[in-house]
Amino acid sequence: MNATVPRTGRPHVARFAKLRYDGARERHVLLGPETVVVLNPTGADILELCDGHHSVADIVDELGRRYDRVVDDEVTQFLARLAARRWVEIPDATNPDD
Amino acid sequence: MPRTPMTDGPLGVLAELTHACPLACAYCSNPLELTKRSDELSTDDWRRVLDQAAELGVLQCHLSGGEPLLRRDVVDIVAHASGLGMYTNLVTSAIGLSRPRAEALREAGLDHVQVSIQADEAVLSDRLAGISSFDKKIEAARLVKELDWPLTLNVVLHRQNIDRIEAILGWVEELGADRVELANTQYYGWALRNRAGLLPSREQLEHAEVVTRAARDRLRGRTEVIYVIPDYYSQYPKPCMGGWGSRQLVVGPEGDAWPCLAAHELPLPRANVNEHDLAWIWRSSPLFSAFRGTDWMPDPCASCERREVDLGGCRCQAFQLTGDMHRTDPVCVLSPDRHLVDEAVAAANSGPDSGAPASPGPAREPVLVPVPALVSRPHRAD
Ligand code: SF4
Ligand code: SF4
Repeated sequence: MNATVPRTGRPHVARFAKLRYDGARERHVLLGPETVVVLNPTGADILELCDGHHSVADIVDELGRRYDRVVDDEVTQFLARLAARRWVEIPDATNPDD
Repeated sequence: MPRTPMTDGPLGVLAELTHACPLACAYCSNPLELTKRSDELSTDDWRRVLDQAAELGVLQCHLSGGEPLLRRDVVDIVAHASGLGMYTNLVTSAIGLSRPRAEALREAGLDHVQVSIQADEAVLSDRLAGISSFDKKIEAARLVKELDWPLTLNVVLHRQNIDRIEAILGWVEELGADRVELANTQYYGWALRNRAGLLPSREQLEHAEVVTRAARDRLRGRTEVIYVIPDYYSQYPKPCMGGWGSRQLVVGPEGDAWPCLAAHELPLPRANVNEHDLAWIWRSSPLFSAFRGTDWMPDPCASCERREVDLGGCRCQAFQLTGDMHRTDPVCVLSPDRHLVDEAVAAANSGPDSGAPASPGPAREPVLVPVPALVSRPHRAD
């Protein structure tokens, strides 16, 4: 699982997707051309940090602070799931090409 | 137990800005009676409709037609939808997507572009589209990529182009499309009238599926490959638009709202955005309530365990094939009307050109009903 989510990678929301708060549903949503992903609060927090600057390790630290518990697996699994569906891209910072 | 009627707001709106189109495809989703350009909603009407849609909870706005680029105000409409936070998606034949236009749309916040292509090369493509258009489409697709938009290519598959699927996927790869939708024709409206020339044979389908699977593996991580099988070759129907009045709504050029793209052929009372608020149309109109949930179902659907899965299939297909919009979708193997579908499938698999996928050429080109002649009539009123 972690193979697809390198801790040094700096994830960002895919080019085609749009993250926003939906007042009607009182939830954050991730929008694509054919799909809408309604996010839970943790998911929304993670994605808001997927800005291409924070690394996966940073996100884990930041969420751990906010929720005051270990969120390592939660974060990596969530990102792996979204990366598999191409909602999130995680270029590995150790790779100079990215 | 009957399903509770869904009263949540729709997720997406399909705005059919105009029925006008420079193309004349034999499977066109336009109604047989086209709305005159002079009867189309104004820019302000569309702004109002989008405001009401956003209030209802709509998050995605698909701009379609006909050819939406024929509307001079398409940039304003995109800007408005985008300003409401909607995900905006332009569904276009790409005719009319000049560089300045594209840049203005980019500026207005357009999120995504879907370009339809008909075939892998100009001769067949232009014949299917009714006008010379292939080179312009390829050029427009390149422009979409150059402006760094995500690109989806839409390909409607049928008897006359499905054998070229490999070469079509070659274009998908060359153009660097992010997604490709290979959707077999749905048989209502124009496509139903042209069905004999469009429905592929079993061998053609098997070939297409093998090619698509291979492409999906090859393009993994680069291009999402979506393949929609023709429901005539399935055992069960597809749930229409995720359920009648459940997730999507369509607004036509004249302001008529519909739960589905093809519903204008059904004998149901209209609901127009110039007469009613979209919230009333969605929640309370007889049209949107007609087939919501499962209470409307007759047998065999009413007592079927799949009734929540496929919701009895497509109402338009039931109506167009049987004359009764309440009947089970004839595509379903449990439907008493399945023979209507089986007969069309049998016809598609008999005759001189029903063999294995041969190389394309004049010998396997069935005659198309001359659709350009048929659609030209409504254009007169412009
Ligand atoms: S199906 Fe063809 S003719 Fe119909 S609106 Fe689309 S591009 Fe135009
Ligand atoms: S009988 Fe109706 S609910 Fe059952 S599978 Fe067929 S269409 Fe679906």
